[in-house]
Amino acid sequence: MNLPVIIKFVIDLLAVLLLALGIKGLSKVKSARDANRLAAFAMSLSVIGLLSYYLGTSGIAIQSWIWIVIGSILGSLFGATLAKKVPMTSMPETVALFNGCGGMSSLLVALGVAIFPISGAQENFDFFKSLINEVSISVSIFVGAITFTGSIVAMAKLQGWLSTPGWTQSKVRHFVNIVFAVASLIAFFDLINGNTSSIWLLVIVSSLLGIGVTLPIGGADMPVVISLLNSYSGIAAAAAGFVVDSQLLIVAGAMVGAAGLILTQVMCKGMNRSLVSVLFGGSLSAQSAASSGSGEYTNITSCSVEECALTLEAANKVIIVPGYGLAVAQAQHTLREVTKKLEQNGIEVVYAIHPVAGRMPGHMNVLLAEADVPYEQLKEMDVVNPDFPATDVVLVLGANDVVNPQAKNDSSSPLYGMPVLDVQEARTVFVIKRGMSAGYSGIKNDLFDLPNTSMVFGDAKKVLNDLIGELKDLGVGEK
Amino acid sequence: MSFISLLWVLLLGSLLGLELIGKVPPTLHTPLMSGANAISGITMLAALTLIVKAEGNVPLLIIGSVSLGFALFNVVGGFFVTDRMLAMFSRKPSNKK
Repeated sequence: MNLPVIIKFVIDLLAVLLLALGIKGLSKVKSARDANRLAAFAMSLSVIGLLSYYLGTSGIAIQSWIWIVIGSILGSLFGATLAKKVPMTSMPETVALFNGCGGMSSLLVALGVAIFPISGAQENFDFFKSLINEVSISVSIFVGAITFTGSIVAMAKLQGWLSTPGWTQSKVRHFVNIVFAVASLIAFFDLINGNTSSIWLLVIVSSLLGIGVTLPIGGADMPVVISLLNSYSGIAAAAAGFVVDSQLLIVAGAMVGAAGLILTQVMCKGMNRSLVSVLFGGSLSAQSAASSGSGEYTNITSCSVEECALTLEAANKVIIVPGYGLAVAQAQHTLREVTKKLEQNGIEVVYAIHPVAGRMPGHMNVLLAEADVPYEQLKEMDVVNPDFPATDVVLVLGANDVVNPQAKNDSSSPLYGMPVLDVQEARTVFVIKRGMSAGYSGIKNDLFDLPNTSMVFGDAKKVLNDLIGELKDLGVGEK
Repeated sequence: MSFISLLWVLLLGSLLGLELIGKVPPTLHTPLMSGANAISGITMLAALTLIVKAEGNVPLLIIGSVSLGFALFNVVGGFFVTDRMLAMFSRKPSNKK
């Protein structure tokens, strides 16, 4: 062993250690920010390790340096700009986009090696080695392509650029996807047989498979899909590690792949869905349209902002239930102003966070943290559920399915079994909502029909702004 | 590295990943996903390897460079965006007017 090899070995080992500590630290609130920086540091360390290894052994050609600099500057610049500019509300789409690009990178590496075998691959050529090489190239391309197109579709759907086409809800989609999957397998075996040109077939059909699998999935299942695709991008990185013979890549890729899988599982549990039904069951709305979409509302009580303000003023304890509607209306700061006024009046305010509120777990926490809501006021579902009977007013802001009592009472409902917030136990429930449209699952919400529920129609931000005015008139929050 | 030892690396890496995040508060699901996502951009090392070993093969250099760009987009953007999210958790409400 010569010096460059030893140095690279030590740096790689250190990088793996720091990456592991980083992921670990990211799962605790206190250490999360430092852990993220630690992981970023470990990544830069790994680059230094690799470059110094090549400098110490084969050297790096000027031409290579040029292309390295071009690629790094452009990629970093775009990444940093987007990360700085994107609004907090579109975080899920952003993560999906970043993730897709990671998959694309693995795909391109494998493609590059497949078309132009790099020096070293041909040395001491034997059948077993070339087989491993081809298998890892295929896996890297297959998973990388699925990650890329799947993430892009997920992003487009979350942005509202793409809707769920009707045919994808019929059985046809299974047939189409099976065709793509079989075609990928054919391309794979053809590739192993030495037919290099079939690599393009593999690229095309696995890209199509990524689209075909993601397109039918909709609604509340989207975060699960993004998390799963995140896990895939780790697998793609590990496969690329086999292609270029890098242990560091394999370890880091495997770690992300496995951690992503666990996270996906945790999210599924939060929604009471199995991964299989998320992936192959189609979107919830389609099922519900067939089974229980007939329900009409019979007993809707609508009320004015003024009434709402009066009730709030008289309350002792208020629970806020935020949902995606809050994010869409960008009303988190306005909400914070309302709650500040209530608190100044000695009213206890708590935020009830459903595990899958918003489009991504933790979405609401991020949003409310942006509006300076103290972390201690955010309560998880299990903690807050026993508090509802002792609560005077519940404000439901842009949340729908997560407060649907059907999930508890109606065994025929597609939502049945999903853990929900028991808001109906509170004395009064105000639902601030734009109209009577159904939630993301497309299912009628029985909560709206209950006698203690009043609807306040309007855009969340506008209603909250009006509410501030009404509260001011009532003298709430003035010293 | 022999293939078998690489497989060991894969296995141990996966086990490590499974162990690392046993209990995560829902608050941190999004940042954790985003942070892990940034780490999956580690394929930038593979792209670098490709560029260094291209030996003047221009198409390969270009593929490597584009791949490096995509990976760094993922890494830099991922870490920045995660930091932005986490900065909100650590900020004390009293620090603001």
